[in-house]
Amino acid sequence: MSDVMVEARGLTKHYGPVTAVENATFEVKRGEVVGFLGPNGAGKTTTMKILTCFIAPSDGSARVAGADIFEDPIAVREAIGYLPENTPLYTEMLVVEYLQFVARMRGLRGKQIDSRIRMVVEETSLGDVIGKSIGEISKGFRQRVGLAQALIHEPPVLILDEPMSGLDPNQAAEIRELIREIGRERTVILSTHNLAEVQVTCGRVLIISEGRLVADDTPEALAARGGKPRFIATLQKNGHSPSKLRDAFSSIESAQSVEGRVGTSANEVIVEVVPKGNQDLRADIFRAAVAADLVLLGLEQHGEDLEDIFRQLTTGNSEASS
Amino acid sequence: MKHILTIGGRQFRSYFNGPVAYIVICIVMLTLGFFFWKTFFLFGRASGREMFRWLGLILVFALPALTMGLIAEEKRTGTIELLITMPVTEAQVILGKFLGVFGLYAVLLALTIFYPLSVSTLGDLDWGPVIGGYVGLLLQGSAILAIGLMASSWTGNQLIALFVALTLSVFFWVLDKFLPLLPTNAASVLEWLSFDHHFQSMARGVIDLRDVLFFFSVTVFALALAFRALESRRWS
Repeated sequence: MSDVMVEARGLTKHYGPVTAVENATFEVKRGEVVGFLGPNGAGKTTTMKILTCFIAPSDGSARVAGADIFEDPIAVREAIGYLPENTPLYTEMLVVEYLQFVARMRGLRGKQIDSRIRMVVEETSLGDVIGKSIGEISKGFRQRVGLAQALIHEPPVLILDEPMSGLDPNQAAEIRELIREIGRERTVILSTHNLAEVQVTCGRVLIISEGRLVADDTPEALAARGGKPRFIATLQKNGHSPSKLRDAFSSIESAQSVEGRVGTSANEVIVEVVPKGNQDLRADIFRAAVAADLVLLGLEQHGEDLEDIFRQLTTGNSEASS
Repeated sequence: MKHILTIGGRQFRSYFNGPVAYIVICIVMLTLGFFFWKTFFLFGRASGREMFRWLGLILVFALPALTMGLIAEEKRTGTIELLITMPVTEAQVILGKFLGVFGLYAVLLALTIFYPLSVSTLGDLDWGPVIGGYVGLLLQGSAILAIGLMASSWTGNQLIALFVALTLSVFFWVLDKFLPLLPTNAASVLEWLSFDHHFQSMARGVIDLRDVLFFFSVTVFALALAFRALESRRWS
């Protein structure tokens, strides 16, 4: 079997007049953790539902672990562990009953069932709630039950739709750690609209906007895209107005724009300098500050971050799409 | 087959984790008891006829309450997505669901055996019609359950599923009740379509293959439509 575990070719899905996904083509290899990033309603969930064979695409096709979603949906489903959005579980069942049910549905038999349940319960730290009803446990635990059921048959591919939504920061950190752990040996596709999550968890990001794939790269490469640095100088105010402080830097030749604004504390002013090209202006800013007899409290260089790229790509601003 | 059993078993057990099964069982037993003993001493006959007459009617109203949530509730909560994305076919899901509710129905029928047993202690009970009656109830019940499952697969709202299933099951029961008012041709067609007509003939102790085939066909037809409804979500 090749290293490509998920392969989508021109996936398109129309719901009546609405196009949820348009011509999505991508590949995910073994051992990759890929994040689907996009605003709500961008088509992330639809793409995942197509890959898990819950719905069929209007056009295009996909293969998961070598099996075609049209020709052999059962083999596709066998290869996937799936956590749908909002973690739908049978709330009237006990955690252990539910995991037994899933294990049987996944074709495990006899002793395998107990040993696999023991393993996923340990992996997802469910030991304390195993005998409780799913309706009674916290959202964080429910999310882990969702992950446990997705892991129970040791699938080569995991598809997780918003695995961290609604969790508190501690729970999210635990789940993130777990996903990274899982992602070492398996292929993981997860969706989110949380940027910080993607930067920490995923090795690659697919940004989806209005049903179209607008970017496919590592988080670092994406953040560096567009790439224009900015320099942020923090100055002591000492009674000067922000505009006056700003003017002190307008003499810098290779500066394209200079902006001044009030800083976080009363006696600080922030001046933001954007160069014309990719020049490093830190020395110029320092000299200009000295020349104007200003006190420089801090000076930082910023690349464009993922958030900016995300906003540009998903609001139709094509500035960064080069 | 294992998948069908697994789905059916889960469904069957989940009935006992919620209130619906208990409520339906209680209501059926209480109304049956009320009507049965009310008329039993009136006729003074050791016969199961009256019991099956009432039970057939009570179940027409009670069974849709068991089926209403089968698919509709899974759609509402989203669990249908996890169920279907397991390595099962839609047909296995439908058959498993049917098996689960049919199992509960069998338990319900088993509980009513208390009535013919108590009658047999009071007089000389003819067991032929009793056996025929139970076979008839199982068959009529499977048709009503399949119709209810079909209604449940059409919607994500249990109450709508209940309403549709009730309407259909009452409709098929009531069909042969107005026959004298109708022209003969229409009357014979309606009589043939009536659940109660086929059921009553079995409750007399005569198990006719035509009656068996009738209920079997209705069951298969309704399950096929439920399958279509579940499958159609892929292409919507």
